[in-house]
Amino acid sequence: MPAVSKGDGMRGLAVFISDIRNCKSKEAEIKRINKELANIRSKFKGDKALDGYSKKKYVCKLLFIFLLGHDIDFGHMEAVNLLSSNRYTEKQIGYLFISVLVNSNSELIRLINNAIKNDLASRNPTFMGLALHCIANVGSREMAEAFAGEIPKILVAGDTMDSVKQSAALCLLRLYRTSPDLVPMGDWTSRVVHLLNDQHLGVVTAATSLITTLAQKNPEEFKTSVSLAVSRLSRIVTSASTDLQDYTYYFVPAPWLSVKLLRLLQCYPPPEDPAVRGRLTECLETILNKAQEPPKSKKVQHSNAKNAVLFEAISLIIHHDSEPNLLVRACNQLGQFLQHRETNLRYLALESMCTLASSEFSHEAVKTHIETVINALKTERDVSVRQRAVDLLYAMCDRSNAQQIVAEMLNYLETADYSIREEIVLKVAILAEKYAVDYTWYVDTILNLIRIAGDYVSEEVWYRVIQIVINRDDVQGYAAKTVFEALQAPACHENLVKVGGYILGEFGNLIAGDPRSSPLIQFNLLHSKFHLCSVPTRALLLSTYIKFVNLFPEIKTTIQDVLRSDSQLKNADVELQQRAVEYLRLSTIASTDILATVLEEMPPFPERESSILAKLKKKKGPSTVTDLEETKKERSADMNGGAEPAPVNASTVSTPSPSADLLGLGTGPPTNAASPPASSGSLLVDVFSEPASAVTQLAPGSQENFASPDLASSELVSEEPAETARGADELTHKFVCKNNGVLFENQLLQIGLKSEFRQNLGRMFIFYGNKTSTQFLTFTPTLICSDDLQSNLNLQTKPVDPTVDGGAQVQQVVNIECISDFTEAPVLNIQFRYGGTFQNVSVKLPITLNKFFQPTEMASQDFFQRWKQLSNPQQEVQNIFKAKHPMDPEITKAKIIGFGSALLEEVDPNPANFVGAGIIHTRTAQIGCLLRLEPNLQAQMYRLTLRTSKETVSQRLCDLLSEQF
Amino acid sequence: MIKFFLMVNKQGQTRLSRYYEHVEINKRTLLEADVIKTCLSRSKEQCSFIEYKDFKLIYRQYAALFIVVGINETENEMAVYEFIHNFVEVLDMYFSRVSELDIMFNLDKVHIILDEMVLNGCIVETNKARILAPLLILDKMAES
Repeated sequence: MPAVSKGDGMRGLAVFISDIRNCKSKEAEIKRINKELANIRSKFKGDKALDGYSKKKYVCKLLFIFLLGHDIDFGHMEAVNLLSSNRYTEKQIGYLFISVLVNSNSELIRLINNAIKNDLASRNPTFMGLALHCIANVGSREMAEAFAGEIPKILVAGDTMDSVKQSAALCLLRLYRTSPDLVPMGDWTSRVVHLLNDQHLGVVTAATSLITTLAQKNPEEFKTSVSLAVSRLSRIVTSASTDLQDYTYYFVPAPWLSVKLLRLLQCYPPPEDPAVRGRLTECLETILNKAQEPPKSKKVQHSNAKNAVLFEAISLIIHHDSEPNLLVRACNQLGQFLQHRETNLRYLALESMCTLASSEFSHEAVKTHIETVINALKTERDVSVRQRAVDLLYAMCDRSNAQQIVAEMLNYLETADYSIREEIVLKVAILAEKYAVDYTWYVDTILNLIRIAGDYVSEEVWYRVIQIVINRDDVQGYAAKTVFEALQAPACHENLVKVGGYILGEFGNLIAGDPRSSPLIQFNLLHSKFHLCSVPTRALLLSTYIKFVNLFPEIKTTIQDVLRSDSQLKNADVELQQRAVEYLRLSTIASTDILATVLEEMPPFPERESSILAKLKKKKGPSTVTDLEETKKERSADMNGGAEPAPVNASTVSTPSPSADLLGLGTGPPTNAASPPASSGSLLVDVFSEPASAVTQLAPGSQENFASPDLASSELVSEEPAETARGADELTHKFVCKNNGVLFENQLLQIGLKSEFRQNLGRMFIFYGNKTSTQFLTFTPTLICSDDLQSNLNLQTKPVDPTVDGGAQVQQVVNIECISDFTEAPVLNIQFRYGGTFQNVSVKLPITLNKFFQPTEMASQDFFQRWKQLSNPQQEVQNIFKAKHPMDPEITKAKIIGFGSALLEEVDPNPANFVGAGIIHTRTAQIGCLLRLEPNLQAQMYRLTLRTSKETVSQRLCDLLSEQF
Repeated sequence: MIKFFLMVNKQGQTRLSRYYEHVEINKRTLLEADVIKTCLSRSKEQCSFIEYKDFKLIYRQYAALFIVVGINETENEMAVYEFIHNFVEVLDMYFSRVSELDIMFNLDKVHIILDEMVLNGCIVETNKARILAPLLILDKMAES
């Protein structure tokens, strides 16, 4: 190995780096970098041709500057030129620059593609390797178009060098990931599978990555890979530690390849062929055995590599979930790791065991480790390890150990990190409910939860306890007594006041016989908390009071006095005031019979999925919890339904709160919390309908803010991009004079828009609503601008979350800058998976030039003076057209104002005509615009004249506005 | 899949960054600063895997230099953890007792080594001799 001197001869580079290191401040560093950038730029621009060495030096400097976090906006052309050099060193640095600095939507891709094409054709393996690396790392669609046909051939050709095959495999993987439609399956697929048999382990490593991805998408076609992978794996695990030479790492044969092969096998169920299956079981047993053998080396590298393979083998065993013997062995192995001195192993063991707990074969075996796991919860110094321990306790919980686990979790909650408290609260609440035999235990547990971590007890949790108490009459008296006692504490959490208020309002009569909790004492106790509570809680308490009026007629006058007080009747909060007024009135005029009917005890809630579970699923992502739930179904208790929105008597006296209208326009957090409840009853209803938060957003009523009666959105339902595009053209016209509305809707998806513009800037909120109850996966909206449009209109947006839950709505913000006037509209392309199918929707985004209009008021005289100034024939565009809509002057006026210009009254001598004026703002120019619309009622025609200082602007505005009348 | 491969020193200066998914330059700086902050705040007793946003960080410390790899759920934590060490051993072999300075002054070569080992976010080569082969050809050409 040659000794490499520091700096390796590139003195300029060394000096520059030293300078940077010596910079005392960020400012000094930036100054030095700018100086260097100027220097390099002038070198690149200079007449003197740079030699390879200098180019390399400068490119290295640019790489270094880029690394420091500075964008490099030049040098790309120079790098592209280096690609066509015949010298390996220059070519190499060119490719390096490109793969680090060029992203896949660069305009240079075409030039780069040319160089790649030449290098691929060169048959020089080194050059081919560089070219393939570049495709694998940049991997744009244009590259896929150019090379997707070529690369499979290189990959399976008999005479391709091993290193080139390796690169080709990952190159193909990249193209398949970015543009699966361009990589056709063909006869190469079967030959790719056989690369698993290749003599060269590097080729097998690369091929395994490729095949794993392909097999996930096309399991049938790559089924043969299973037996090949098993035999390859078997050869590796049974090899002597010297057999694989350089692929042996600290006496472990090909650990990374083994891991990949084990991953590949996890794409499939256990092999059907008994021979293959036997061989695989043998492999897995060998791996488990090796873990028990004395290590071949004391080095930690040896055990790490061995354990990497072991953990992957265990993942496969769990994935197959079919060999009880292996599952139990895996569990025992993990049990050993739980007490290992290395934190990494404890962490991974807890994580693996969590999945193992859901297998019926190993659930019991996992349970034997409960003490160790509880101990981990108490002693681990790493929060992420403790978090794993909580997960595992949750996973191993069943009726036999629920009380112990819930108690330990409650204990831990007192000192738990804030970051994981909410999750623990949810888990405790779920376990307590699911495994409750004795519901007094359940009530105690939840009240404890509120006491210990009240702030982390979400609405779902306390709604749930009320729901359960209402549904089970055996626990109601106990619940009333317990909350009454808990409320005695001088400081109690507001959530406790809510639960207490609700439960006493329903079941306070059950404890009223005891003189220590007489009606008046109950009322005074609750009312002593009233003034410290937030508005929603006070609203709930007012409902409790009116329920008391029915339950305890003897304290009716006390309650009426409270309701009548100024602080209630004249409360600044509309909701509280309204309740006080209505409840007072109700208590005064209604007969006892009516009171008893209206304020009757809540009927039981129909049983359905717990809303807490839904919340936990949302928090953790659907897969983890669902699996757990399914496997545990048979063990779960019977009572645990959720609730349908039940008819709520109390709500009849209260009208919905005006704030409910806020829902739907996702500007605030669009959750239940955003809409204060209309009454205590409907508050429960809102949340109990489990996907409520999501559904209400999509409900028609909540979309008033951008509902648009004139939108014939049903016409636009289409999956065919071509068809959609045509529809979208009409649609764009509909958005010319307004900024909000429904852009697109089909059976699956609704797209709403809300936008605002100011001068040359704008912001558009796009709302994607999932109308189904199924998740959308890999949900990717993309904005597509032609090159032309891109230079005139700058759109910035962030990617949205790739999964959209059923019934949910996600929002995307697009920041818009108009650089110069433009004609086309950008296209919004949305791709996602729904069920098993791939969906593709394209619509034009209604961003039109007139959005950047600012109205200008002017007097008649000024108007005609300017009108004359713009009399050049290029400045005027005129269109005479037939009216498409009834010629109503009021509508016409509204449209002109909606178009963005000022509507100038009493300017035109003919009062039937309309004139307008405004300025189109772009980054590069401001363009004054005058317009005149002359209707001819007899002929049902219009003449529209636009005069601006720029011909293209006149033309575009005239086109846009002509479509409106 | 490997999302990114970073070498950052204790002062928070990035010495090598390689992203296998496109990340805006300004976001890179923020991400790198946050990642190193997260790693520095951890003690030796804590594990080397950090759940970070929707992915995981695997990190190892060599003297004042941290190597941090971002991975998604399809990678094996332990395998990546040991892969980092393999990478360092390759650097050590080439630079004979590698130091932070070697990495700064030979950024291009470190990139070549990493590109031989990780391609498109996948581990592609682990055999040290084969990893270094193209670099040795390059050195030979530079000498002549």
